Amino acid sequence: MNFRVHVRVIPRPGLLDPQGQAVEHALGSLGFAGVRSVRVGKAIEFAIDARSADEARAAARAMCDRLLANPVTEDYAIEVDA
Amino acid sequence: MTTRIGVVRFPGSNCEDETIAAVERAGASGVLLDYRATSLDSVDAVLLPGGFSYGDYLRSGAIARFAPVMDAVRAHAEAGGVVIGICNGFQIACEAGLLPGALLRNAQQRFTSRPVDVRIERTDTACTSGFTVGDLIRIPVAHGEGRYVADADTLDRLEGDGLVVMRYVQEVGADAPHNPNGSARDIAGICNEAGNVVGFMPHPERLADAVLGSDAGHRVFTSLVDRLGAAVPA
Repeated sequence: MNFRVHVRVIPRPGLLDPQGQAVEHALGSLGFAGVRSVRVGKAIEFAIDARSADEARAAARAMCDRLLANPVTEDYAIEVDA
Repeated sequence: MTTRIGVVRFPGSNCEDETIAAVERAGASGVLLDYRATSLDSVDAVLLPGGFSYGDYLRSGAIARFAPVMDAVRAHAEAGGVVIGICNGFQIACEAGLLPGALLRNAQQRFTSRPVDVRIERTDTACTSGFTVGDLIRIPVAHGEGRYVADADTLDRLEGDGLVVMRYVQEVGADAPHNPNGSARDIAGICNEAGNVVGFMPHPERLADAVLGSDAGHRVFTSLVDRLGAAVPA
């Protein structure tokens, strides 16, 4: 079966995120009041052949642990669509 | 026997030529190593140079760490061999797990290219053996992602075990912030527990010849060559 995998990689809370700060400042300048704690991460999508959604998810987790996310600085979340 | 120092060229490296020039100026033979190589061609030490390996895609150093040559670099490090990462090479060494922590986007959100003053904190690593603790050198940084981060326990261990090799310091009369990137505890460079793997953000190879107005970085390379020469059987 073919699955579509969505990986979201986000800088870990507590780490300074200069991109998030810059975007937050820009949003404030545009008049979007009350916006706080902006963090900028990455979205990575791919298609994968796997026997089940669980197998696709396990593969994506291994990819995150080895390459897609840095365990020192980033958290990740995985979504799998059939 | 001339000391042989390998400098790895990854796709996107851009400091390998001046790194080889600095090594040769210090009296060693510089050996350019291709990222696809599976052996290190019997070099005595490996330098991972600056640049933007693999376009810095995903994260600086994240893809370079899986280049074929890195298996040999890792084996060399595990056998106690000297590995030095400069700038992008430091980022690669951290991504590869040869050094703890990570290097993130500069706190001030800008690529920073300027001289910094760096204090030598440890003098028993191969590339700082010619210094005295507390020596200051003014050499350039040029990076967008040089903010060293690690968890508090790791930072405490680095300090407690004396693994900080270089630190940004405030020079007298400076008007620019002394820390060019927001690095934790002003860390410019670190080494591993064994001291044979060292990484730092500043570029000594860019200021290693007096014709450029200063050769403040030259001693990093003479340290390395002298140390390796002492270890290599004649």
